[in-house]
Amino acid sequence: MTNWLTDRTISRRRLLQQAGALGLASFGHLSFAATPGDRKFVFVILRGAMDGLAAVAPYGDAAYRSARGRLAFDPPGSGDTGLLPLLDGFGLNPRLPFLHELWRDREMAFMHACATPYRDRSHFDGQDVLESGANRVFSATDGWLNRALLARPNYATEHAHNREGIAIAATVPLVLRGPAPSSSWAPSTAPSAAQDTLARLMDLYAGDALLAPALASAVHNQQTVAESPMMTAGGERPNTSAQVRMAEAAARLLVAPNGPAAAVLSLDGWDTHANQGTLQGALALRLTGLDSSLRALKSGLGPQWADTVVVVATEFGRTVAENGTGGTDHGTGSLALVLGGAVRGARMLGDWPTLARSALYEGRDLAPVNDLRGLLMAVLSEHWGIEPHVLQRQVFPGVGRMQTFPQLIV
Amino acid sequence: MSELESFTAANRFGLGAHPANVGRISPDPRGWLTRQIEQPDSFQLNAPSLPGRPQVAQALATFLIAQRERMNSGPSNLTAAEQVAAVGVPLRALNQIAAEEILVRTRHGLQTDSDFAERLVYFWSNHFTVAATKATTIPWVGLYEREVIRANLTGRFGTLLIAMAQHPGMLLYLDQAQSIGPNSLIGLRRNSGLNENLAREILELHTVGVQNGYSQTDVTELAKALTGWTIASQRTQRWAPSAQPGDFVFIADWHEPGARTVLGQRYPESGEAQGRAILMDLAVHPSTARRVAPQLACHFVADEPPVRAIEQLEAAFLAHQGDLVSVHKALIDLPEAWVGGTTGVAHKFKSPSEFLMSSLRMLGQSTIEPAPLRNAINLVGQPPFRAPSPAGWPDRASHWAAPDAIMKRLEWSQLLADRLGNRERPEDRLAEALGPALSAETLRAIRRAESPSQGLVLALMSPEFQRR
Repeated sequence: MTNWLTDRTISRRRLLQQAGALGLASFGHLSFAATPGDRKFVFVILRGAMDGLAAVAPYGDAAYRSARGRLAFDPPGSGDTGLLPLLDGFGLNPRLPFLHELWRDREMAFMHACATPYRDRSHFDGQDVLESGANRVFSATDGWLNRALLARPNYATEHAHNREGIAIAATVPLVLRGPAPSSSWAPSTAPSAAQDTLARLMDLYAGDALLAPALASAVHNQQTVAESPMMTAGGERPNTSAQVRMAEAAARLLVAPNGPAAAVLSLDGWDTHANQGTLQGALALRLTGLDSSLRALKSGLGPQWADTVVVVATEFGRTVAENGTGGTDHGTGSLALVLGGAVRGARMLGDWPTLARSALYEGRDLAPVNDLRGLLMAVLSEHWGIEPHVLQRQVFPGVGRMQTFPQLIV
Repeated sequence: MSELESFTAANRFGLGAHPANVGRISPDPRGWLTRQIEQPDSFQLNAPSLPGRPQVAQALATFLIAQRERMNSGPSNLTAAEQVAAVGVPLRALNQIAAEEILVRTRHGLQTDSDFAERLVYFWSNHFTVAATKATTIPWVGLYEREVIRANLTGRFGTLLIAMAQHPGMLLYLDQAQSIGPNSLIGLRRNSGLNENLAREILELHTVGVQNGYSQTDVTELAKALTGWTIASQRTQRWAPSAQPGDFVFIADWHEPGARTVLGQRYPESGEAQGRAILMDLAVHPSTARRVAPQLACHFVADEPPVRAIEQLEAAFLAHQGDLVSVHKALIDLPEAWVGGTTGVAHKFKSPSEFLMSSLRMLGQSTIEPAPLRNAINLVGQPPFRAPSPAGWPDRASHWAAPDAIMKRLEWSQLLADRLGNRERPEDRLAEALGPALSAETLRAIRRAESPSQGLVLALMSPEFQRR
């Protein structure tokens, strides 16, 4: 047995050195706040195809009531059951009160009737295109957010040794996979691994290109979240949903010294084929979860919120009409939200195709008249200063001419 | 070479070497594998204690009635807690059924010496995923695997496909049970309609695959052909009075009338037989071979398998019209499935459930109690019967070897080692499980550990034990 291994302090230092040698920021008891001016980006994926027409309802559309039937909401001003007012003719689902606060603070905008280039109706393929940012399914093995991290003008000089992206999940999703160093974190129910065992394992993984960086990154994340006042004592708090705790962890990881520039959160369960409901039901529950998670994210980010942009998107929309089982089936055009202290909000982005029968895509879906990549490109160019031609070539290769949204970001 | 082969057979084809069966494999590894896939018995799970269809259907009906009563009751005299309990108790009964299935299945995985067959059960169960992610499927998942997957792995892919599409588990999971032809007798009268979910996943995931070409029209056509495929319940009683709850029934009055065209092939109206005929054709379609072969190669060779290996499996699938014994034999015959390991670097990174199972097997465990199993699953992930989507669990290192996932494996290894570690000589256990694939570095690290328990953690977490 060698000496250094028996000494906890030294083995810990060695562990830190190894983490550093693997291209990670050093960590420990530093407590600098995130560098001022750090611009953070959060991507929230709603997996399962969220019904955009239920989240932001076009109650002013002439065909709205007849097309949606029992899924239609009452217009704003109808008491507790009414939509929350946005623009004329569009109202926010009553289960999204925090988002409504953001809207009133001009920190939220939305793009309706939007989609990726994907036009079929499979979740897995839809999510593949949403995350890869490519023109068609299975054509890229890395994600647009990872490529965007690499494409930032200051990447080479300032960020080359940092962890760039973090996924709040047990595994890194496609959108964040690629050459820019990324990591993942999820809450645990077991005691943490002994530092000494970690150091030995790091040694054992020295030649392993898969396991060495993964373990080093995990050690770093654990450290960051453990130092959070809100995650101590096992990280469990009563009356807090897992989603909210994950949003809190995302905030903590983002604001940590040398924290990542981007975080990805996934919320599942949006595939409401049956009993979708309006004020109650499967969808109402999901929207409440989304709203509380975003509230927790803002609160956890503190002053960093002012320099943060969050985009919420889903793989595609759902049928305009209710199906035979009180739900909706896979559709096309859906909704994306952009929010954060850095957003110039209270506006609708893109066009509205209407719900007139003749305007529907394939006679059944909200027409995808806006390209989601246009919104993402607007955010990435203004928020991270990535040149449009770089976005077109590297981040969203194959993208055509996009609608622009000047001055979307402060 | 043959020494290495027995470890490859045990760890890559099987669920991981178990001290009790290492000796049985080594004389003839290929024979050991082949015997398993030829005998229907090696796929079975004999567990008389597990509920059958009538019990599962009854438990589900009780839950659904309680749920409906709560929704319809409006303002009631019951307190909120009483209302929750009224549904919560029957829901717990459903969860109890699934928990028992998981426990029995895991114990079987620890005990079986037909563990190549068992791995194939897991593989096909994942290919035809039914997940307990909605209340109605929770009690069915285990029964579905036993009645559909285990019962059909020595027959044709087409037989398996039809069994899958007619089982209550799948009919409920992908909403087929409630799909009604818009122009059927009942469809014309009621505000109920077509649900395309099962039809889409059959085309996209189970058979031809999205890359091999089908259209939205094919999906709708197949969905129409499958209308009327449902489960016996109170609702179906007037059409199928003699059916037992949970039986598959075809209801002609729900079935969309007319001929259907799927992938260019026309199918005349023939009631239930129409859907069957389409599925039988899909099962032997070249695109289905082209979709299934890479998945098998990915599972048994590498995340990015060599084209030659895929082609060999595809050819076997086509030549034998999806006969699964032949397809599984082709796996044993793949030279690519036997390489790796000599250098200590096997190609496949274990998924969490593979890691759990092989760890317990390596340690000679032949059973596990409900609480430690629950804790293990909660910690390392990949809970049985809870795949995130109908596509099943991913099968690639890029998905499973994420930083946090490694940390969770380490935490669980430590829990296990705290419980068992000081009774074991970890380097002996690992040598017994890995044979020549155990590296000198790992051996040295284990021997230098400060305690047997730490040594066991390092053994479980070693690069070679994390792979198969």
